[in-house]
Amino acid sequence: MIDRDTVSQVAGLARIRVSEAEIPELTQRLGNILAMVDALQAADTQGIEPLSNPLDATQRLRPDAVTEPNQRDRLLALAPASEQGLFLVPRVIE
Amino acid sequence: MLHLKTLKALGEGLDQGEFSSEELTRHFLDRIERLNPQYNAFITVTAEQALAQARAADAARRDGKAGPLTGIPIAQKDIFCTTGVRTSCASKMLDNFIAPYDATVVSRLNEAGMVMLGKTNMDEFAMGSSNETSWYGPVKNPWDTTCVPGGSSGGSAAAVAGRLAPAATGTDTGGSIRQPAALCGLTGLKPTYGRISRWGMIAFASSLDQAGPMTQTAYDAALLLQAMAGFDPKDSTSMNEPVPDYLAGLDQPLAGLRIGIPGEYFSAGLNAATGAAVHAALAQLEAMGATLVAISLPHTELAVPAYYVIAPAECSANLARFDGVRYGYRCDKPQDLNDLYTRTRSEGFGAEVKRRILVGTYALSAGFYDAYYRKAQQVRRLIRNDFTEAFQSVDVIAGPASPSPAFRLGEKTADPIVMYLEDAYTIPTNLAGLPALSVPAGLVDGKPVGLQLIGPHFSESRLLNVAHQFQQATDWHQKVPAAVQSGDEQGGAA
Repeated sequence: MIDRDTVSQVAGLARIRVSEAEIPELTQRLGNILAMVDALQAADTQGIEPLSNPLDATQRLRPDAVTEPNQRDRLLALAPASEQGLFLVPRVIE
Repeated sequence: MLHLKTLKALGEGLDQGEFSSEELTRHFLDRIERLNPQYNAFITVTAEQALAQARAADAARRDGKAGPLTGIPIAQKDIFCTTGVRTSCASKMLDNFIAPYDATVVSRLNEAGMVMLGKTNMDEFAMGSSNETSWYGPVKNPWDTTCVPGGSSGGSAAAVAGRLAPAATGTDTGGSIRQPAALCGLTGLKPTYGRISRWGMIAFASSLDQAGPMTQTAYDAALLLQAMAGFDPKDSTSMNEPVPDYLAGLDQPLAGLRIGIPGEYFSAGLNAATGAAVHAALAQLEAMGATLVAISLPHTELAVPAYYVIAPAECSANLARFDGVRYGYRCDKPQDLNDLYTRTRSEGFGAEVKRRILVGTYALSAGFYDAYYRKAQQVRRLIRNDFTEAFQSVDVIAGPASPSPAFRLGEKTADPIVMYLEDAYTIPTNLAGLPALSVPAGLVDGKPVGLQLIGPHFSESRLLNVAHQFQQATDWHQKVPAAVQSGDEQGGAA
């Protein structure tokens, strides 16, 4: 069901590096987990609405008003790298 | 023996001037310094802040401004953000993270005058059932230090079981309060989804996560829940429901109570001695006037499979924020943006967290969404419908909290699925958003067993009432490991 190529592809989507050496064991473990969850396929769910909030509650809305103070310096202080009030990342466009 | 006292007794002692909050706080800080090396229950100890909070509490008491929790120490799970104190979620990813704000749970307990002793160890990002996935190393169970305390709130459970703190906070996504409470002989309550604010609680699976108290007694759990519960506009799924007086109903007799016993919770996976202890506890409740009713929750077996689609899917989305840009760990010398993301995440997350992110990413990827995520959410409704139907004819549901007592360190780490089955009896209630608690109900080979009680949405008062009545008739909740009882535990690493 899940093969090495799929594991590599999913790891790429998740931005997680998986070394060649790790792939066989990871493929097997993920395969086992997916085999376990495959029990779901036997359930009769015809006409059953998916349940996303356990209380069937819907998202509460609030007025579109500014409620937070400006904390730019405080938040940037947490960043691994910042400059002139901006988060710093490796160059994206040459 | 200050460290053996409940929150209730500590509050009375403070009120009567038997000891000050500063003396009490020093007593627990001393125990932590001496005994934490053998349990590894705390990641961070906040001695200076604790003593400052204690002195402020003593001053408040002198001014006649003390509430029932003022001046009493507590341990906070390291998943709750705390201003100025590292919040690691037991991950290398957040080893250097100092939150700029307090979680609502933390600010509410601070406002109640409680004294934070420190931040407790846990499974990394709350993903685990044994506290063995922590980047800071496993926690040892004070009942037997060769055994796990359960997880993910294992540090909180060990801290209270070893009486390094009189109570602690936990979070429960699939059993992470109730299973460690069961394995460490505590009362642990997971309230209704939305009862306690999730704001500032680092997210794992947002439709399942819920905070709650881990205490010595149901009375203490009621005291803490009173301070923790309530509507919070900062949490979009916080429920705007009135908070009742949780102490008011504790003394109600059990006569007429109908307790449903689901056959599915006593199936093949249950350890025989654990089952016998749970049956004895049920007989006790029956002798106190309750009626036991056999019920069926037919979709129980599908709960673990549904959970291991929904929780990893939500985890893969929530943990996408850890990218090495805004806070937390960043890899060394990134070559480009993709290398920054990928190496930061590969180096910052542990094996179980990565596994769940990959499962979730797969389940949500194009072509698989209907087969996995949608299907799991449909089954989730079937599971909730089972409970709704059962609560037509019973008031609460009872069974084991965990299939076996504490197991040995390393015993279940080889196969993730074996570990996942630890939560077979606790996961269904998270999927259904129901409140549930575990109370001590016996010992098997000297290790605690938990009785789980489950109620309809917002029935915390009823669950605490049943648990409190059970604790009036039994003394399992008063049992502590022999060395803790005598107070002469040896310090140093185990």
